[in-house]
Amino acid sequence: MSSIWETLEKHLLEVEKPARYIGLEQGAQKPQHDKTNVAWLLTYPDTYEVGFPNQGLQILYEIINESTNAEAERAYAPWVDLEKIMREESIPLFSVDTHRPAAEFDVIAFNLSSELVYTNLINCIDLAGVPVKSEIRELNDPLIGAGGHCTYNPEPLAEIVDFFVLGDGEEVVTEITNAIHQYKSKEESTKTRNDLLCELAAIEGVYVPSLYEARLDNRGCQNLIARFECAPDVIEKRTVADLEKWPYPKQQLVPITEVVHDRLNVEVFRGCTRGCRFCQAGMITRPVRERSGEQVRSMIQAGIERTGYDDVALTSLSTADYSGIKDVVDQTITDPINCGQVSISLPSLRVDAFTVDIAAGIQNGRRTGLTFAPEAGTWRLRQVINKLISEEDLYAAVESAFSQGWRRMKLYFLIGLPTETDEDTLGIARLAENCVAIGKEYTKSASVTVSVGGFVPKPFTPFQWFGQNTLEELDRKINLLKSEIRKTKGVKLKWHDPKATLIEGILSRGDRRLGEVLEAVWRNGGTFQEWSEYFNLGMWKNAIEEQNLDFEWYAYRHREKEEVLPWDHLDAGLYKDFLWQEWRDALEQKGLEDCRWIPCYDCGACTGFGLEHVVASTSPPVGGSQGTWQNLQNVSDAPGLLQIGSKNKTETVK
Amino acid sequence: MILLRLRSTKKGKIRFASHRDIAKVWERSFRRANIPLIYSEGFSPRPRIAFGLALPTGAESECEYLDVKVDEQNLASSQLLEIPEALTELLPEGIQVTGMAKIDNKAISLQQAVTSCLWEITIAESKHDADNWVREVTASKELVVERVRKGKIISDDIRPFIKRTDECGVNDEGHVTLKVELRTQPRSLRPSEFLKSKRPHLTQLRLRRLTQFIDTGDMRLDPLEVGQSLDTSMELCSP
Repeated sequence: MSSIWETLEKHLLEVEKPARYIGLEQGAQKPQHDKTNVAWLLTYPDTYEVGFPNQGLQILYEIINESTNAEAERAYAPWVDLEKIMREESIPLFSVDTHRPAAEFDVIAFNLSSELVYTNLINCIDLAGVPVKSEIRELNDPLIGAGGHCTYNPEPLAEIVDFFVLGDGEEVVTEITNAIHQYKSKEESTKTRNDLLCELAAIEGVYVPSLYEARLDNRGCQNLIARFECAPDVIEKRTVADLEKWPYPKQQLVPITEVVHDRLNVEVFRGCTRGCRFCQAGMITRPVRERSGEQVRSMIQAGIERTGYDDVALTSLSTADYSGIKDVVDQTITDPINCGQVSISLPSLRVDAFTVDIAAGIQNGRRTGLTFAPEAGTWRLRQVINKLISEEDLYAAVESAFSQGWRRMKLYFLIGLPTETDEDTLGIARLAENCVAIGKEYTKSASVTVSVGGFVPKPFTPFQWFGQNTLEELDRKINLLKSEIRKTKGVKLKWHDPKATLIEGILSRGDRRLGEVLEAVWRNGGTFQEWSEYFNLGMWKNAIEEQNLDFEWYAYRHREKEEVLPWDHLDAGLYKDFLWQEWRDALEQKGLEDCRWIPCYDCGACTGFGLEHVVASTSPPVGGSQGTWQNLQNVSDAPGLLQIGSKNKTETVK
Repeated sequence: MILLRLRSTKKGKIRFASHRDIAKVWERSFRRANIPLIYSEGFSPRPRIAFGLALPTGAESECEYLDVKVDEQNLASSQLLEIPEALTELLPEGIQVTGMAKIDNKAISLQQAVTSCLWEITIAESKHDADNWVREVTASKELVVERVRKGKIISDDIRPFIKRTDECGVNDEGHVTLKVELRTQPRSLRPSEFLKSKRPHLTQLRLRRLTQFIDTGDMRLDPLEVGQSLDTSMELCSP
């Protein structure tokens, strides 16, 4: 088995944070690679400290290493200092587990969670010594795969990545392994790379872009035409129907050096039915699938004993919505095994006083800051985006927090949302001002930090047709807020660079023609673009211009109903009609309630796939409106709706 | 409450983890091994672990020490002797607990008690050049160098901090190794500073701490010898 360690170690003292490259984490595997087995290199195309905690990658790492016909190791993008040395000394991209060169693996599989890492993905392929373009790769080159939320519009990477996987990876990863394993055992002379790719395309949830040809229609939009018979017309996402069957990670990795989210993570549910129209994660991960309280507690217990962590995060898209939240929190805190030394974090707080009470119960001692995400400054605009938080809910939450000892609040907002007016933008300042005023009644040092990000329309959301705000418009809105907030004591403003927002927007809804742009930016050294010190708008604009493309057409243009979207061949479970209706309702400021507590409105996520919501508790969580603008007291009149495995949801309720 | 002093190695890949990283690894390992520790009081209680002299990131060691306060009442008597093995099992590859002693609760802290360390430095220069260099350093009465301490450049005579240097050796890879004992009180002379004590400076390829000493005036002790050994089969780091 080959290893690059001996060459690498000579240089590790020349780079920042060398412990990022040594492996040895608790839970790390050192597989003995069997030639006939399928070797996966699970790669996060950003730094170790950002990529290490990624739960998707860790789940697949375990599932693959538990199987008898495959092994998995991990790799991360080397920081610029090490990359320079690697290129000088001809050290290829390597796994941190056994320091095996990347090109010796059968599959290099990437997690894609942000558009701005695309150039890092290309850089990693190149560092591996593998041709960057898929069509140039030969039979014995590794397969390049990718999963994660960005694969819901993978077209900008279509000429680089061999196969994309849509949706939950737990089941499909074994199917892919089996297909490759079988193919490996075939006689060499009968094999072609294209045959193997066809085998992969036959697996549900796997999209092989090279099997399709892109043509432009008379609107200038990309249409895909199958080049081979093995190319399915539509690629459906994968959904694990019962999360309870997949209590992973069972052996969460514990790092030796500093990483983000350095704590035990237990995923309490997947999916979200709040229906926030800007939120891609909430749309593409439907339906809601909760773990039972019992399983959550046993995962916490086993995890804490095994890892030695004293902090556990209950993760999901909106953890306060977990129907067993109160029981799980109470029992974890009072469990004598934990000696009162285990603390819980809720990474996403819902905006209401009930949630603050839960947070107050678990944060003994340190009460530094709390974060809420009202997302928009006025009730009108919150109806447009379907984030139905009333002002009363927000103020009650804030009051509850200040009265229980917190001194700092952080409020997240989006700017550049559909129909947004200056009144909406200034509404952000007004909300923040009122929050500080509430805080001042409890503590002199009350402060509120407002954090604004430019809105990027995402595929498979009702806002996928919306033309993103221009760079200039976002800048103007930030300046508007700046001058307004300057007048208010105790409010601080932070913002995401609108220049980066523009590039995210271009890639988010882009087509195959952007592949050349990505390659050009990468060739010019444009890696780590999500790191503000390395982001370079000029480089992107030049590359787009060189391809005779128009960035305004990609980012700023409103899409029409009839238009073919670059991701129309993919199926995230949502009916396009539903999304369009939601888009029209948004423009009319019509809200839509959380479908866990009301009759099914048929978005497609359940009905289309024969799935249903799985809820841990038969009664909705306590806490009044819970930021849903619904009177949840009445919901308990409709029992059956919430039971696990209730088959006739719509009938029961109607 | 008992105060235990543990000795461990740090070898191989793990040497690139920093002193701070390793401190966190120890803390988690004690918790995983179910060894009840005494915690500090206050809002965020932390276990009472005191680490010895920091090892530079990238250096290996045969002899690292830490003192830890263990809640004896909640520790099964059979558990005590198994602590070294239990921890070695849980610690990352390359860190092995090689000794343990029970020491007086009021014992002087490791940082203050250790008086010198013996280092093995692998260098890039030839044996001939290294021998000459060492001879001149040893013969000199005074070696005034500038070094950075707490962000300030100070200039002082480091000769008194160089306790002894051995004849240079050559390792399996053909590189020259030199052994040098450097004092750590009232402050430490770092091996990197030693290599810069005379021009031309020597180039360090690898660094290994072999021994730490507590010099009491008439005795030279391994820091474990200060206490009461709990395991007679345990070997001390030989000078």
